[in-house]
Amino acid sequence: MSGQAPDFGQLQVGDELPTLTFGPVTRHVLALYCGGSGDHNPIHVDSDFAQQAGLDDVIAHGMLSMAVLGRMVTEWIPQQQLRAYSARFMAITPVHATVTCSGRVSRIFEEDGERRLRLKLRTRIDDGKTTLSATATVALP
Amino acid sequence: MTIFNREYLGHVSEPASVQVELGQLRLFAKAIGETRDIYLDEAAARQAGYRSVLAPPSFGTCLWSLAPRTGPDAEELGIDYRYLLHGEESFSYQGLIFAGDTITLQDRIDKMYEKKGGAMDFMELVATATNQLGEQVQQRRTTLIMRRPQA
Repeated sequence: MSGQAPDFGQLQVGDELPTLTFGPVTRHVLALYCGGSGDHNPIHVDSDFAQQAGLDDVIAHGMLSMAVLGRMVTEWIPQQQLRAYSARFMAITPVHATVTCSGRVSRIFEEDGERRLRLKLRTRIDDGKTTLSATATVALP
Repeated sequence: MTIFNREYLGHVSEPASVQVELGQLRLFAKAIGETRDIYLDEAAARQAGYRSVLAPPSFGTCLWSLAPRTGPDAEELGIDYRYLLHGEESFSYQGLIFAGDTITLQDRIDKMYEKKGGAMDFMELVATATNQLGEQVQQRRTTLIMRRPQA
Protein backbone atom coordinates (compact mmCIF):
# COMPACT_ATOMS: atom_id res chain seq x y z
CA MET A 1 0.00 0.00 0.00
CA SER A 2 1.31 3.42 -0.83
CA GLY A 3 0.33 6.84 0.38
CA GLN A 4 -2.55 7.78 2.57
CA ALA A 5 -6.17 6.90 1.83
CA PRO A 6 -7.99 9.92 0.39
CA ASP A 7 -10.67 11.60 2.47
CA PHE A 8 -13.58 10.41 0.35
CA GLY A 9 -16.08 12.60 2.22
CA GLN A 10 -14.27 15.75 1.06
CA LEU A 11 -14.05 14.86 -2.63
CA GLN A 12 -15.34 17.29 -5.24
CA VAL A 13 -16.02 17.09 -8.94
CA GLY A 14 -12.77 17.80 -10.73
CA ASP A 15 -10.52 16.26 -8.08
CA GLU A 16 -7.77 14.21 -9.66
CA LEU A 17 -6.52 10.73 -8.86
CA PRO A 18 -2.78 10.23 -8.42
CA THR A 19 -1.37 9.40 -11.85
CA LEU A 20 0.37 6.13 -12.60
CA THR A 21 3.09 5.58 -15.18
CA PHE A 22 3.79 2.17 -16.66
CA GLY A 23 6.51 1.18 -19.03
CA PRO A 24 8.19 1.25 -21.32
CA VAL A 25 6.10 -1.66 -22.56
CA THR A 26 8.81 -4.09 -23.58
CA ARG A 27 8.41 -7.30 -25.58
CA HIS A 28 8.97 -9.08 -22.29
CA VAL A 29 5.95 -7.35 -20.73
CA LEU A 30 3.86 -8.28 -23.78
CA ALA A 31 4.95 -11.90 -23.45
CA LEU A 32 4.03 -11.90 -19.76
CA TYR A 33 0.64 -10.40 -20.53
CA CYS A 34 0.07 -12.91 -23.34
CA GLY A 35 0.55 -15.74 -20.85
CA GLY A 36 -1.07 -14.01 -17.90
CA SER A 37 -4.21 -13.00 -19.74
CA GLY A 38 -4.70 -16.01 -22.00
CA ASP A 39 -4.94 -13.64 -24.96
CA HIS A 40 -2.66 -15.40 -27.39
CA ASN A 41 -3.27 -13.20 -30.42
CA PRO A 42 0.17 -13.27 -32.12
CA ILE A 43 -0.06 -9.61 -33.16
CA HIS A 44 1.14 -8.72 -29.64
CA VAL A 45 4.19 -10.95 -29.50
CA ASP A 46 5.22 -12.06 -32.99
CA SER A 47 6.75 -9.24 -35.05
CA ASP A 48 6.72 -11.39 -38.21
CA PHE A 49 2.97 -11.78 -37.82
CA ALA A 50 2.52 -8.06 -37.08
CA GLN A 51 4.43 -7.11 -40.23
CA GLN A 52 2.33 -9.51 -42.26
CA ALA A 53 -0.71 -7.61 -40.95
CA GLY A 54 0.77 -4.35 -42.25
CA LEU A 55 2.11 -3.03 -38.94
CA ASP A 56 5.69 -1.94 -38.30
CA ASP A 57 5.98 -4.07 -35.21
CA VAL A 58 4.01 -5.76 -32.43
CA ILE A 59 1.46 -3.67 -30.53
CA ALA A 60 0.42 -3.81 -26.89
CA HIS A 61 -2.83 -5.42 -25.83
CA GLY A 62 -5.46 -2.72 -25.23
CA MET A 63 -6.46 -4.80 -22.21
CA LEU A 64 -2.96 -4.37 -20.75
CA SER A 65 -3.55 -0.62 -20.56
CA MET A 66 -7.03 -1.25 -19.15
CA ALA A 67 -5.50 -3.45 -16.44
CA VAL A 68 -2.88 -0.84 -15.53
CA LEU A 69 -5.53 1.90 -15.48
CA GLY A 70 -7.62 -0.35 -13.21
CA ARG A 71 -4.62 -0.63 -10.93
CA MET A 72 -4.48 3.16 -10.65
CA VAL A 73 -8.15 3.12 -9.56
CA THR A 74 -7.74 0.32 -7.00
CA GLU A 75 -4.66 2.00 -5.56
CA TRP A 76 -6.95 4.95 -4.86
CA ILE A 77 -10.06 3.09 -3.65
CA PRO A 78 -10.37 -0.61 -2.69
CA GLN A 79 -11.54 -2.86 -5.51
CA GLN A 80 -14.70 -3.96 -3.68
CA GLN A 81 -16.01 -0.40 -4.10
CA LEU A 82 -15.86 -0.66 -7.89
CA ARG A 83 -19.31 -1.01 -9.48
CA ALA A 84 -18.53 -0.51 -13.17
CA TYR A 85 -15.51 -0.01 -15.37
CA SER A 86 -15.44 0.46 -19.11
CA ALA A 87 -12.91 1.52 -21.70
CA ARG A 88 -12.89 2.53 -25.33
CA PHE A 89 -9.73 1.73 -27.22
CA MET A 90 -8.89 4.92 -29.12
CA ALA A 91 -5.44 4.27 -30.56
CA ILE A 92 -2.81 1.57 -30.80
CA THR A 93 -0.07 1.36 -28.16
CA PRO A 94 3.17 0.43 -29.91
CA VAL A 95 5.83 -1.70 -28.28
CA HIS A 96 8.28 0.44 -26.19
CA ALA A 97 5.59 3.03 -25.39
CA THR A 98 5.24 4.39 -21.88
CA VAL A 99 1.63 4.47 -20.65
CA THR A 100 0.48 7.28 -18.38
CA CYS A 101 -2.81 6.80 -16.53
CA SER A 102 -4.84 9.68 -15.20
CA GLY A 103 -8.33 10.30 -13.90
CA ARG A 104 -10.63 12.70 -12.14
CA VAL A 105 -13.99 12.74 -10.41
CA SER A 106 -16.62 13.76 -12.94
CA ARG A 107 -19.82 13.25 -10.99
CA ILE A 108 -21.01 12.57 -7.43
CA PHE A 109 -24.43 10.96 -7.19
CA GLU A 110 -26.70 8.55 -5.34
CA GLU A 111 -27.57 5.20 -6.88
CA ASP A 112 -28.90 1.92 -5.43
CA GLY A 113 -28.75 3.44 -1.93
CA GLU A 114 -25.05 4.26 -2.25
CA ARG A 115 -23.12 7.47 -2.65
CA ARG A 116 -21.17 6.97 -5.84
CA LEU A 117 -18.52 8.69 -7.90
CA ARG A 118 -18.15 8.62 -11.63
CA LEU A 119 -14.51 8.75 -12.62
CA LYS A 120 -13.33 9.90 -16.02
CA LEU A 121 -10.13 8.09 -16.85
CA ARG A 122 -7.63 7.82 -19.65
CA THR A 123 -4.32 6.45 -20.72
CA ARG A 124 -1.86 8.32 -22.90
CA ILE A 125 1.37 7.36 -24.58
CA ASP A 126 4.58 9.33 -25.02
CA ASP A 127 3.40 11.59 -27.83
CA GLY A 128 0.35 12.61 -25.74
CA LYS A 129 -2.08 10.56 -27.81
CA THR A 130 -5.02 9.15 -25.83
CA THR A 131 -5.04 5.38 -26.17
CA LEU A 132 -7.90 4.54 -23.80
CA SER A 133 -10.84 6.68 -22.81
CA ALA A 134 -12.51 5.08 -19.82
CA THR A 135 -15.00 5.56 -17.01
CA ALA A 136 -15.48 3.89 -13.67
CA THR A 137 -18.22 4.03 -11.09
CA VAL A 138 -17.20 3.56 -7.47
CA ALA A 139 -19.25 3.49 -4.28
CA LEU A 140 -17.88 5.53 -1.40
CA PRO A 141 -16.83 3.34 1.52
CA MET B 1 -13.77 -12.23 -46.07
CA THR B 2 -13.09 -9.98 -43.14
CA ILE B 3 -16.52 -9.68 -41.59
CA PHE B 4 -18.04 -11.45 -38.63
CA ASN B 5 -20.16 -14.43 -39.57
CA ARG B 6 -23.78 -13.23 -39.38
CA GLU B 7 -24.92 -16.82 -38.90
CA TYR B 8 -23.98 -16.46 -35.22
CA LEU B 9 -25.86 -13.23 -34.50
CA GLY B 10 -27.96 -13.88 -31.37
CA HIS B 11 -26.08 -17.07 -30.58
CA VAL B 12 -26.13 -17.96 -26.88
CA SER B 13 -23.23 -20.13 -25.72
CA GLU B 14 -23.60 -23.16 -23.51
CA PRO B 15 -22.31 -22.36 -19.99
CA ALA B 16 -18.57 -22.95 -19.66
CA SER B 17 -16.80 -23.30 -16.33
CA VAL B 18 -13.24 -22.34 -15.54
CA GLN B 19 -11.22 -22.43 -12.36
CA VAL B 20 -9.43 -19.25 -11.30
CA GLU B 21 -5.88 -20.43 -10.75
CA LEU B 22 -3.59 -18.68 -8.30
CA GLY B 23 -0.60 -19.04 -10.63
CA GLN B 24 -2.56 -17.42 -13.44
CA LEU B 25 -3.45 -14.46 -11.22
CA ARG B 26 0.17 -14.09 -10.16
CA LEU B 27 1.40 -14.06 -13.74
CA PHE B 28 -1.29 -11.52 -14.65
CA ALA B 29 -0.25 -9.37 -11.67
CA LYS B 30 3.39 -9.56 -12.71
CA ALA B 31 2.54 -8.48 -16.26
CA ILE B 32 0.61 -5.40 -15.14
CA GLY B 33 3.06 -4.34 -12.42
CA GLU B 34 0.74 -5.26 -9.54
CA THR B 35 2.77 -5.79 -6.39
CA ARG B 36 0.23 -5.49 -3.55
CA ASP B 37 0.05 -8.68 -1.55
CA ILE B 38 -3.76 -9.10 -1.67
CA TYR B 39 -3.26 -9.71 -5.41
CA LEU B 40 -0.43 -12.21 -4.89
CA ASP B 41 -0.44 -13.95 -1.54
CA GLU B 42 -3.19 -16.13 -0.08
CA ALA B 43 -2.34 -15.58 3.58
CA ALA B 44 -2.18 -11.80 3.10
CA ALA B 45 -5.49 -11.80 1.22
CA ARG B 46 -7.19 -13.79 4.01
CA GLN B 47 -5.72 -11.51 6.62
CA ALA B 48 -7.22 -8.56 4.74
CA GLY B 49 -10.63 -10.26 4.98
CA TYR B 50 -10.85 -11.81 1.51
CA ARG B 51 -11.64 -15.44 0.68
CA SER B 52 -8.40 -15.67 -1.28
CA VAL B 53 -6.20 -13.69 -3.67
CA LEU B 54 -8.25 -11.14 -5.66
CA ALA B 55 -8.62 -11.12 -9.42
CA PRO B 56 -8.05 -7.52 -10.63
CA PRO B 57 -10.97 -5.60 -12.20
CA SER B 58 -10.30 -6.44 -15.86
CA PHE B 59 -9.23 -10.05 -15.26
CA GLY B 60 -12.76 -11.22 -16.07
CA THR B 61 -11.95 -10.92 -19.75
CA CYS B 62 -9.11 -13.39 -19.33
CA LEU B 63 -11.48 -16.03 -18.02
CA TRP B 64 -13.16 -16.07 -21.41
CA SER B 65 -9.81 -16.72 -23.03
CA LEU B 66 -8.93 -19.40 -20.50
CA ALA B 67 -12.27 -21.22 -20.38
CA PRO B 68 -13.08 -24.16 -22.64
CA ARG B 69 -14.85 -22.82 -25.69
CA THR B 70 -18.51 -23.77 -25.96
CA GLY B 71 -19.60 -21.27 -28.60
CA PRO B 72 -18.27 -20.71 -32.11
CA ASP B 73 -14.48 -20.45 -32.32
CA ALA B 74 -12.53 -17.60 -33.90
CA GLU B 75 -12.51 -19.26 -37.30
CA GLU B 76 -16.25 -19.93 -37.26
CA LEU B 77 -16.88 -16.33 -36.28
CA GLY B 78 -14.85 -15.20 -39.27
CA ILE B 79 -12.12 -13.64 -37.14
CA ASP B 80 -8.85 -12.88 -38.90
CA TYR B 81 -6.40 -11.89 -36.16
CA ARG B 82 -4.36 -9.76 -38.57
CA TYR B 83 -7.26 -7.32 -38.84
CA LEU B 84 -8.92 -7.69 -35.45
CA LEU B 85 -9.17 -4.70 -33.12
CA HIS B 86 -10.68 -4.35 -29.69
CA GLY B 87 -13.19 -1.52 -29.69
CA GLU B 88 -14.60 -1.41 -26.19
CA GLU B 89 -14.67 -3.41 -22.97
CA SER B 90 -17.19 -2.79 -20.24
CA PHE B 91 -17.83 -4.42 -16.87
CA SER B 92 -20.46 -4.08 -14.21
CA TYR B 93 -19.60 -5.72 -10.92
CA GLN B 94 -21.87 -7.48 -8.47
CA GLY B 95 -19.06 -9.21 -6.59
CA LEU B 96 -15.38 -10.11 -6.58
CA ILE B 97 -13.56 -13.06 -8.15
CA PHE B 98 -10.96 -14.93 -6.10
CA ALA B 99 -8.29 -17.56 -6.66
CA GLY B 100 -9.85 -21.00 -6.32
CA ASP B 101 -13.28 -19.88 -7.55
CA THR B 102 -15.02 -21.80 -10.27
CA ILE B 103 -16.59 -19.28 -12.59
CA THR B 104 -19.32 -20.21 -15.04
CA LEU B 105 -19.49 -18.04 -18.12
CA GLN B 106 -22.29 -17.59 -20.57
CA ASP B 107 -22.35 -15.21 -23.48
CA ARG B 108 -24.58 -14.00 -26.23
CA ILE B 109 -23.60 -12.43 -29.52
CA ASP B 110 -25.71 -9.32 -29.25
CA LYS B 111 -24.91 -7.24 -32.34
CA MET B 112 -23.10 -7.35 -35.64
CA TYR B 113 -22.95 -4.26 -37.85
CA GLU B 114 -20.66 -2.37 -40.18
CA LYS B 115 -19.46 1.23 -40.20
CA LYS B 116 -17.57 3.51 -42.55
CA GLY B 117 -19.15 1.94 -45.63
CA GLY B 118 -17.98 -1.52 -44.67
CA ALA B 119 -14.40 -0.50 -43.89
CA MET B 120 -14.97 -1.70 -40.33
CA ASP B 121 -17.16 -4.55 -39.10
CA PHE B 122 -18.34 -4.74 -35.49
CA MET B 123 -19.41 -7.51 -33.14
CA GLU B 124 -20.73 -6.96 -29.62
CA LEU B 125 -20.89 -9.78 -27.12
CA VAL B 126 -22.59 -9.66 -23.72
CA ALA B 127 -21.71 -12.12 -21.03
CA THR B 128 -22.23 -13.06 -17.41
CA ALA B 129 -19.87 -14.63 -14.89
CA THR B 130 -21.31 -16.61 -11.95
CA ASN B 131 -19.25 -18.15 -9.16
CA GLN B 132 -19.52 -21.56 -7.46
CA LEU B 133 -21.89 -20.07 -4.86
CA GLY B 134 -24.38 -19.18 -7.56
CA GLU B 135 -23.61 -15.46 -7.23
CA GLN B 136 -23.38 -13.46 -10.42
CA VAL B 137 -20.14 -11.54 -9.96
CA GLN B 138 -19.93 -9.57 -13.14
CA GLN B 139 -21.41 -8.72 -16.50
CA ARG B 140 -19.28 -7.86 -19.43
CA ARG B 141 -19.81 -6.32 -22.84
CA THR B 142 -17.08 -6.44 -25.43
CA THR B 143 -16.91 -4.84 -28.85
CA LEU B 144 -14.62 -6.34 -31.45
CA ILE B 145 -13.79 -4.69 -34.76
CA MET B 146 -12.40 -6.14 -37.94
CA ARG B 147 -10.84 -3.64 -40.31
CA ARG B 148 -10.86 -4.30 -44.00
CA PRO B 149 -7.31 -4.96 -45.19
CA GLN B 150 -5.71 -2.32 -47.42
CA ALA B 151 -5.93 -3.46 -51.04
